[in-house]
Amino acid sequence: MRGFTIATALEALDKREITASWLFDTCANAITTHDGTLNSFITPTLEQGRAHAKAADDARAQGKTGPLLGIPLGIKDLFCTTGVRTTAASRILGDFVPPYESTVTQNLLDAGAVFAGKTNLDEFAMGSGNLTSAFGPVQNPWKRTGSEAALVPGGSSGGSAAAVAGGLVLGATGTDTGGSIRQPASFCGIVGMKPTYGRCSRFGTIAFASSLDQAGPMTRDVTDSAIMLGAMAGFDPRDSTSVDRAVPDYRAALERGVRGMRVGIPKEYHAPGMSPEIEALWTQGIDWLRAEGAEIVDVSLPHTKYGLPTYYIVALAEASSNLARYDGVRFGKRVPAETLDALYEATRAAGFGAEVRRRVLLGTYVLSAGYYDAYYLRAQKVRTLIQRDFLSAFENVDVLLTPTAPSAAFATNEVPDDPVQMYLNDIFTVPASMAGVPAISVPAGLDGQGLPLGLQLIGKFFDEETLYAAARVLERSAGFTHVPALWAGAAA
Amino acid sequence: MSGYRIEGSTGLWEIVVGLEVHAQVISQAKLFSGASASYGGEPNTHVSLIDAGFPGMLPVLNAECVAQAVRTGLGLNAEINLFSRFDRKNYFYADLPTGYQISQFAHPIIGTGTVEIELADGTVRHIGVTRLHLEQDAGKSMHDQDPTRSFIDLNRAGVALMEIVSEPDIRSPEEAGAYLRKLRQILRYLGTCDGNMEEGSMRADVNVSVRKPGEEFRTRCEIKNVNSIRFVMQAIEVEAARQIEVWESGGTVDQETRLFDSARGETRSLRSKEDAHDYRYFPDPDLLPLVIEQPWIDALKAALPELPEAKRARLEAEYGITRYESGVLTVEQAVADFYETVARDADARLATNWILGDFFAALNRTGRSIENSPVSAQALRELLGLISDQTINGKIAKDVLEIMVETGEAPLQIVDREGLRQVTDTGAIDAAIADILAANADKVAEYRSGKDKLFGFFVGQTMKAMKGKANPAMVNDALKKQLAE
Repeated sequence: MRGFTIATALEALDKREITASWLFDTCANAITTHDGTLNSFITPTLEQGRAHAKAADDARAQGKTGPLLGIPLGIKDLFCTTGVRTTAASRILGDFVPPYESTVTQNLLDAGAVFAGKTNLDEFAMGSGNLTSAFGPVQNPWKRTGSEAALVPGGSSGGSAAAVAGGLVLGATGTDTGGSIRQPASFCGIVGMKPTYGRCSRFGTIAFASSLDQAGPMTRDVTDSAIMLGAMAGFDPRDSTSVDRAVPDYRAALERGVRGMRVGIPKEYHAPGMSPEIEALWTQGIDWLRAEGAEIVDVSLPHTKYGLPTYYIVALAEASSNLARYDGVRFGKRVPAETLDALYEATRAAGFGAEVRRRVLLGTYVLSAGYYDAYYLRAQKVRTLIQRDFLSAFENVDVLLTPTAPSAAFATNEVPDDPVQMYLNDIFTVPASMAGVPAISVPAGLDGQGLPLGLQLIGKFFDEETLYAAARVLERSAGFTHVPALWAGAAA
Repeated sequence: MSGYRIEGSTGLWEIVVGLEVHAQVISQAKLFSGASASYGGEPNTHVSLIDAGFPGMLPVLNAECVAQAVRTGLGLNAEINLFSRFDRKNYFYADLPTGYQISQFAHPIIGTGTVEIELADGTVRHIGVTRLHLEQDAGKSMHDQDPTRSFIDLNRAGVALMEIVSEPDIRSPEEAGAYLRKLRQILRYLGTCDGNMEEGSMRADVNVSVRKPGEEFRTRCEIKNVNSIRFVMQAIEVEAARQIEVWESGGTVDQETRLFDSARGETRSLRSKEDAHDYRYFPDPDLLPLVIEQPWIDALKAALPELPEAKRARLEAEYGITRYESGVLTVEQAVADFYETVARDADARLATNWILGDFFAALNRTGRSIENSPVSAQALRELLGLISDQTINGKIAKDVLEIMVETGEAPLQIVDREGLRQVTDTGAIDAAIADILAANADKVAEYRSGKDKLFGFFVGQTMKAMKGKANPAMVNDALKKQLAE
């Protein structure tokens, strides 16, 4: 399966060289073989997937086409899927089976995609290592050179990243609130795109922080990302924050090149203590773009340093309210008790993991009487300043280039005890989320220990096309053909 | 200023009242979902996944509910805010599915307005409206269906409410009643709320405090969820009495939320200020700020129905009726419409007297409302036409109305079948009079010797002989003539 990308598989399907059923079975075999180790799926749907793959073959036989007809995908288990258990990697949802389909997954189904299952994530998408899942941690398919130590895939879309990197599926959906697509993409050596806020509908996607959550594709390469986003995106009247704007042909933008493009390098992203390898890779990325004709411009995003603290106020405030509906009354887990308050306490104590509880408490605190102005209101003001930083930078440049994450993937036993240290993983990804602008992570090289590192491109509102054009140049220049340990020596 | 005072042991007290009215918006669908907003239905049959707070469900604002709020704002002569915003009011309760109510806290859609009230003695007062905002209703918890469990009905969850907050301008129970009646009347005219307090589509939270005249406001208590105008007036009275008692016995009134127990005629503490929820309001990130445009408001304004005060003034001018009569005839729009159908291009005085008199009496007697009146406006108009063109006289008309109420027949049909046409044949009238005078020669003699009062006796006898159908004026004329002979 390492042999195929979405684009090449579509071509082979069109030429009748392969069938969707064969493609799906190959994925199913990889899942059966490797997912005991990776744990990238919470709920595989191999039987249903096989039936859909067969239906895709029948449709093709009848001359039907579709942008993803017959392509096996993984779906982050935050997207509600009709008749298939949806967990958000939390115990609190129990065996919740939604009677409805999220708009994003419905769009993918309409495009002909075949779902191999629901992928693992941090509980309610709260985490940067896929360590908070009630269904156990996900293992990164990559390993350090000469080491067998299991590494985290990043988070929260860790299952999707691992499944794509491991070749278990050709692509997967992710959601990104402060970096949950881009950071795991960087850790797993794949492409992760967080589109403009409002580009993909949030309807039917379990909310973490409504003003930040945005779905996006996680794929092997930039071309696949463009294909998949085209199928996911679109206006949805059921989401008031979705934007009524035509979805461009992203694939057509891929080969525009960067000649004459102005690429901004924000000085504030030179974080103190950042590894020299990442600094070097960043410089390399600048050189690649310059070599292809881009003009490199130094820019300043002066409020960058406030990004992380304000993000953790806004996101957690919204989360504390969004997660109030998990109360044991109407669906999901219920721990019976004598009184209503006792039922809430018992259900939520048993249903939520430690990180979710911590975030709900923090979010509740910052909205409390007497603290609202100092925290939430102030954070919202700073958020406006961060947004302004980007808007003024984009008066001069077309895209920004930065590292995606401050480190490569780390081992479970290297996880800092201090949650704030863990939150620093999102330091480069959070500002674009706060501003709502699109950003993509592209694998650009390996660190000294043989682990992938990503570079991030940040674009103007709704200008995913320019991002894709620049990302494609980075991809081609990097020539990233490394394969994860999972595949080392194995025939694809 | 109202002179309402309560006599305490330390002197006279004035009461200060502000009302928060929750009025259910008339709309097909709920505020943020497509589920039916209609009253009733089996439990949990008018519920969408959005109302039930399922994972990933998102609210989408119903434009009709916004239009209804704007219409109401226009009806209250209030500021319409072009920018407003929905906030989340966070609290846990079993019938609040999402754990928050979507409301407008910081930026309501409607700003300050006024309601003009008229008291029994004719005094007119203006009660300020602080604001009107849109919010969702919660569901209903039922604790009496099972010995150990509570049941939840979400039919009401998500239905649009307008919370209309008054200034603390109300100074007596009577004023509170007049304000609520007037507000309800305006809402009904506008068609934005049916004002049905029994079904809970209008409820009031009553803020009461007392003070010595001329003082600053003292601490208030809020009496939650009072569901009739009478109870609001009673609750104010008993709560004011309680507070006066507390102050006069040297205590202080604590700011708290209380409940009115109508059976015992008392208010009871529900929760103190210390136990008050921290609602953690913040802007709902699932919804964009609500921005409306002046031309849209202007279009709504142009299509507004005539409101009670304007209608009163017009009816008085057009039909020459009194202030009192216009008040009664405009209490409900349907009554005013009925009145105008009858009175237009007709004898307005006759129509007014008949509607306020015999027609209302018939409604009362049959327990019907104007909407399902046993006699249509058209039929009543026909009946009055028969009086005006002298087909029947007024007394016979009353009998005809009785039959109309009973059978629903058209007046002319009744008149013809029962042979009730007025007799204007002078020959028949003269003959009847001649018979009566002949049979009562003694009384004729008394009359002629000066006992004028006996004239009425002769009229009565004549009408009786003619089964009430004679034209009264002609009977009078003929009698005078024959008695003078």
